[in-house]
Amino acid sequence: MLTIKNLHANVNGKEILKGIDLVVKPGEVHAIMGPNGSGKSTLASVLTGNPAFEITEGDISFYGKNLLDLLPEDRAREGVFLSFQYPVEIPGVSMVNFMRTAINEQRKYKGLEPMSASDFLKMMREKKEYVELDNKLANRSVNEGFSGGEKKRNEIFQMAMLEPRLSILDETDSGLDIDALRIVATGVNKLKSSENSTIVITHYQRLLDYIVPDFVHVLYKGRIVKSAGKELAYELEEKGYDWIKKELGE
Amino acid sequence: MSIEQPYIDLYNKHKQAINNNSSLVLNNARDDAFANFQRLGFPTAKEEEFLYTDLSKAFATDYGLNINALKIPINPYEVFRCGVPGIHSHLYFIVNDQFYSNLTQKSTLPQGVLIGSLKEFAKTHSDLVANYYAKIADTQHDATVAFNTAFAADGFFLYVPKGVKIENPIQLIKVMRADVDLMANSRDLIIIEEGAQANLLVCEHTIDKMNFLCNRVTEVFVGKNASYEHYKLENTHTKMTHISSLFVHQETASNVLVNEVVLHNGLTRNNVTILLNGEHAETTLCGMVIGDKTQHIDNHTFIHHAKPNCKSRELYKYVLDDSARGAFSGKILVAKDAQKTEAFQTNKNICMTKEARMNTKPQLEIYADDVKCSHGATVGQLDENALFYLRSRGISEAEARMLLMFAFVDDVIEKINVPALKDNIRLLVEKRFRGELSKCEGCASCK
Ligand SMILES: Nc1ncnc2c1ncn2[C@@H]1O[C@H](COP(=O)(O)OP(=O)(O)O)[C@@H](O)[C@H]1O
Ligand SMILES: [Mg+2]
Repeated sequence: MLTIKNLHANVNGKEILKGIDLVVKPGEVHAIMGPNGSGKSTLASVLTGNPAFEITEGDISFYGKNLLDLLPEDRAREGVFLSFQYPVEIPGVSMVNFMRTAINEQRKYKGLEPMSASDFLKMMREKKEYVELDNKLANRSVNEGFSGGEKKRNEIFQMAMLEPRLSILDETDSGLDIDALRIVATGVNKLKSSENSTIVITHYQRLLDYIVPDFVHVLYKGRIVKSAGKELAYELEEKGYDWIKKELGE
Repeated sequence: MSIEQPYIDLYNKHKQAINNNSSLVLNNARDDAFANFQRLGFPTAKEEEFLYTDLSKAFATDYGLNINALKIPINPYEVFRCGVPGIHSHLYFIVNDQFYSNLTQKSTLPQGVLIGSLKEFAKTHSDLVANYYAKIADTQHDATVAFNTAFAADGFFLYVPKGVKIENPIQLIKVMRADVDLMANSRDLIIIEEGAQANLLVCEHTIDKMNFLCNRVTEVFVGKNASYEHYKLENTHTKMTHISSLFVHQETASNVLVNEVVLHNGLTRNNVTILLNGEHAETTLCGMVIGDKTQHIDNHTFIHHAKPNCKSRELYKYVLDDSARGAFSGKILVAKDAQKTEAFQTNKNICMTKEARMNTKPQLEIYADDVKCSHGATVGQLDENALFYLRSRGISEAEARMLLMFAFVDDVIEKINVPALKDNIRLLVEKRFRGELSKCEGCASCK
């Protein structure tokens, strides 16, 4: 479903991604690990079309479409979803209005009629359950005044609403206590199917106890330097990243 | 020849006709005001207070004035089948510079309330009108106010006696309607006595596609413990120059809300002067501007805390697109013995393009020492991170911008206390942002 070939990307003229290759098939879970600043969030931004990043080389195809040709909103409508490392607060835009607009724009893209108000509210109610999102939060402005954990839950709530084919979870575990982590991970697992795939970005192994990856990749200085099965996550947890650096002869 | 000269000639030649079509109380103020105007001349950009808006240029157009108060053929009910559904307002009209007296929808107002033509009430209740007329409007230093006082023959009058409360809003629709370029000077006088209450919604519209200039002055007296809300909604075409000077005088423990919304306009200069002249008076002054193309909007405000323990809140927001120009000036004066004053002012602006320009000038002059005052002004762009976040959920860029602009001005809309009006303004603002409001709602000119 997703094929990334030799992807290079710059931000403010500085090369951050230096040739990424990655293939994700339907139903697979890929973990991307790596030390701070290695380019994990940059990869997520590039996949979702953040205009702050410039692609200098490479291709991304998603279900046969050239993702790099699509606007961010069209990528989302095609089923790409990013749970942001730092979700944005948007005062004055209510969660309800935000989600209704998002759902209906997605439906329009697929040639469907807008959802009725009652169906929409029913869907909101159901999907809130996935992450035990407080009713009060759903009535507020997008992420405004939400705690760190609430923001992360809100991301997964939006994921549940939009039912993406590819979910990218960028440090969704950071700042969560163990209960919140369990809730978020359970939510993600409930949304998993043999059709859709997940890229989990994290630098701890603990989330991977809940969301079990099929593959683990290590991203270091803008390149994937190692790929293996889930056991790699435990190895990294045990030995740290210095071990990788040594292997690379640094 | 100076820009002033044609108007000076006009006044000297037609003074009698103006007087004949007005009433004694208004006529008595004319000559002094005219002398002041002659002394002052139209304001130019050389003057500090008019740095961003050269009004003299606006007067250079060769406008006609309806000196003889000829009746304009119009049925405002037809023209304005409006506007705000479910508002249940008491409806009145000003056509150019005259009160429209052919009212067919008579509304029932509480005993003692006087409402209608200023010119007529100046005849039937001359003492009452004379007590208040031209008392707070500054004809000494303000040339356009002096000009208005010299030329205005009629306008709107509202008197709410002691303790009387008018529940439903009063709606005053002002339309510009003519087959030639036209200037209108009209005058409103509003008296809310002790413990009384009223809400007024003023709508400004243009009907014909002519060059128009309106120069409107409104004086409002709000007595002890009285409460008054003043909403102004401006939705005119781009060939309109709109000058409005609102003077509010507040007594002890009175409560006033002024909310001025510019949805669409040509050139606008709004002056608001609020005098807090009794302890524990409170005032909220807010406004919102949506400007694009070459629209120009200048809000010039002055809140004078003359007595202790008063509160003022001021909030203005602008969204400027294309080459629109915005200016805001907010002066707050706290007099020496106005201790325990609370005065907060905020002006936030978004420029959507490099060509759009905003000038903002907060000005605090504080002579008391025990006060809580603050001001803040920002000029910026839409938050790029928020924009991307919305787009990453499948919301188109245009829609995402709309949501953010709408969110930006929403706290000003929230300050509207009449629910039907709030809903309607919200709708109009949304349509405006969507570009569906190139024509104003409910006017025949727009059909
Ligand atoms: N908007 C930006 N402007 C400038 N530099 C950036 C920006 N975003 C990321 N970077 C830089 O790119 C590198 C990779 O960052 P990031 O992708 O966030 O790493 P990670 O998510 O792996 O911690 C870092 O050196 C960071 O400073
Ligand atoms: Mg990161």
